[in-house]
Amino acid sequence: MLTINNLHAELEEEGKQILKGVDLVVEPGKVHAIMGPNGSGKSTLSYILAGRDGYAVTEGSATLDGVDLLEMAPEERAAAGLFLAFQYPVEIPGVGNMTFLRTALNAQRKAQGQEELSAGDFLKFVREKAKTLKIDAEMLKRPVNVGFSGGEKKRNEILQMQVLEPKMCILDETDSGLDVDAMKLVAEGVNGLRDGKRSFLVITHYQRLLDHIQPDVVHIMANGRIIRTGGPELALEVENNGYADLLAEAN
Amino acid sequence: MALPKLKADATEARLAPLSLPQGGAAWAEAARHDALNRVGAMGLPARRDEYWRYTNPADLLSPQAPRAALFVSDELPPFDAVDRLKVVFVDGVIDPAQSDDLTLAGLEITTLADALSQDAHWSREVFGQLEARGQKPVERAFAALNTAFAAEGVVIRAMGKAAKPVSLIYRRSTETADALMHHVIRVESGADLSVLENGPAAARLNTVMEVDVADGGAFHHVRTQGRDRERRAATHIFARVGEGATYKSFTLTVNGALTRNETVIEILGDDAVAHVAGACLGDGADFNHDDTVFITHDALRCESRQVFKKVLKNGATGIFQGKILVKPGAQKTDGYQISQSLLLDDDSQFLAKPELEIYADDVACSHGSTSGAIDETALFYLRSRGVPEKEAVDLLTLAFLAEAMDEIEDQALADDLRGRLVAWLRRRH
Ligand SMILES: Nc1ncnc2c1ncn2[C@@H]1O[C@H](COP(=O)(O)OP(=O)(O)O)[C@@H](O)[C@H]1O
Ligand SMILES: [Mg+2]
Repeated sequence: MLTINNLHAELEEEGKQILKGVDLVVEPGKVHAIMGPNGSGKSTLSYILAGRDGYAVTEGSATLDGVDLLEMAPEERAAAGLFLAFQYPVEIPGVGNMTFLRTALNAQRKAQGQEELSAGDFLKFVREKAKTLKIDAEMLKRPVNVGFSGGEKKRNEILQMQVLEPKMCILDETDSGLDVDAMKLVAEGVNGLRDGKRSFLVITHYQRLLDHIQPDVVHIMANGRIIRTGGPELALEVENNGYADLLAEAN
Repeated sequence: MALPKLKADATEARLAPLSLPQGGAAWAEAARHDALNRVGAMGLPARRDEYWRYTNPADLLSPQAPRAALFVSDELPPFDAVDRLKVVFVDGVIDPAQSDDLTLAGLEITTLADALSQDAHWSREVFGQLEARGQKPVERAFAALNTAFAAEGVVIRAMGKAAKPVSLIYRRSTETADALMHHVIRVESGADLSVLENGPAAARLNTVMEVDVADGGAFHHVRTQGRDRERRAATHIFARVGEGATYKSFTLTVNGALTRNETVIEILGDDAVAHVAGACLGDGADFNHDDTVFITHDALRCESRQVFKKVLKNGATGIFQGKILVKPGAQKTDGYQISQSLLLDDDSQFLAKPELEIYADDVACSHGSTSGAIDETALFYLRSRGVPEKEAVDLLTLAFLAEAMDEIEDQALADDLRGRLVAWLRRRH
């Protein structure tokens, strides 16, 4: 269970406040969506949860199954079961995608006291998953995200998520830059991971992803706060009326 | 022109404990005297010389080698699993007992002393000759000193495709060994030779390797300069590359107080290829690693590559001085040069002097030099996937070195050195 309590955060260097008291609880097995205009702090929230440098939490807390996330190094958060699918997946020249996946999986297995997977077992394991995401062997061999199209990068994020099997998945605008077919692939990839226990926080600017990944709860974020929480119908309201009404209401 | 007094004095002091080897044929004695005259005329390097601004030659100039503690390695030496012809030197002196029999189909191998004692030996066309050619336009006086005084080395002539590489192994037994070694290599037309080098060699090492690659010949060179911290090394390679010939050299360096690797290549035949690459891991304020490369294109449609990557931390210093000279008429030259450093902290420094000098109009030459820190975004991305910070830094470090490591053509050798790099990085965690 992800529990965010009155989270305030600012940019470390500029001291600019971005999050102004975020409250959010994602129960096991649930899919929560966060929608909101650009610049409202959605990516910032996801980065702070994942442990990126450059932000200072000035107030509040964030825990995963009762464990304080904010005190942990990013790799410890990952080992605790947190995963962030990046809005802008990072290119890493010189590091093969396969090496990357294997290093990540084995590091997590090690952290959890499990044996490392052999190269052969790993290959089989990844190939199966890659196939359903239409990621071919060539893409697995290439350096991480280098020369990938926007859609390929997003599918690669989902592949990583499937390989690492986290318990809390945060997807930051995974739908942006995807055509309908790619979005369906991504949604199927996510839906395939729904098992009644794993939780999802799906950040999106548009309602259309939520046609494919049915949320249990929808939050609207604006100006560093959750200003409305509701059911799936809230996403439709945004789709039809935009954010203006909701924002006006909140002010 | 008389040398400045300081330089003349320093040169004289360095030469004082040395004596010219005896027992050479007349041509060899003459070559040594010529070399000694070159040293006298040039004087040994001083800090103010244009190509010694970044590396202080003091430890190479001192009459006695600075003491260097012996390093006991707990790992198997490089190339251990490779089928090779071993030539072992201990403190710079060939040790026949530890070496293999110097016979291999397609090769003619002998010691420097033996070759130089023969009245008619092919090596007279090469010994001291390529070194002398390589003194212009940039002086390399330590190499001339080597030609004059080195009594040890191997002389190899490849006449066909050698079944296995010749592996020069440099062991060390004392803290003060001051070694001078001079190797002479000729790869005949259509022949193919690989030479490997590894081992600590000496407290202070000065080597010259003259490599003459005839038309259509191929020469491959892979060397490691190992983990002992305190050794000082000045190495020189002078290569001449003929028509359609290939010259490829790769060096992996880790530790060492001072390393100066000079490579001088003259491409004289059309359609030839010359690649020089190096990867280096430097740790500590006492680490100074210098690659000084000069490639001259004097033929049509030739390709040269210089790929140098240095990872520096804890105040280590990396230096690259690389030049591509394209002579008039050397049209369709394809010259590439890249030198990059990955600085793992603010105390380390990379000093680069990339140079292009081009006198032909139809050429494609590029050079680039960069210094950078670890990419924080990539680091976070890796860590967010559960890769611990140190391991993530290692992955990015290996990625940074990859372009240089990829220059090793032989996959077994490349894998050996990659594995070594991984282990070396890991032991610093
Ligand atoms: N590293 C940064 N430097 C400067 N401004 C930033 C930085 N990160 C975020 N911001 C600012 O913080 C606000 C929230 O950004 P972000 O979290 O990316 O919003 P969203 O993902 O909802 O579009 C924006 O005003 C953005 O310009
Ligand atoms: Mg965003």
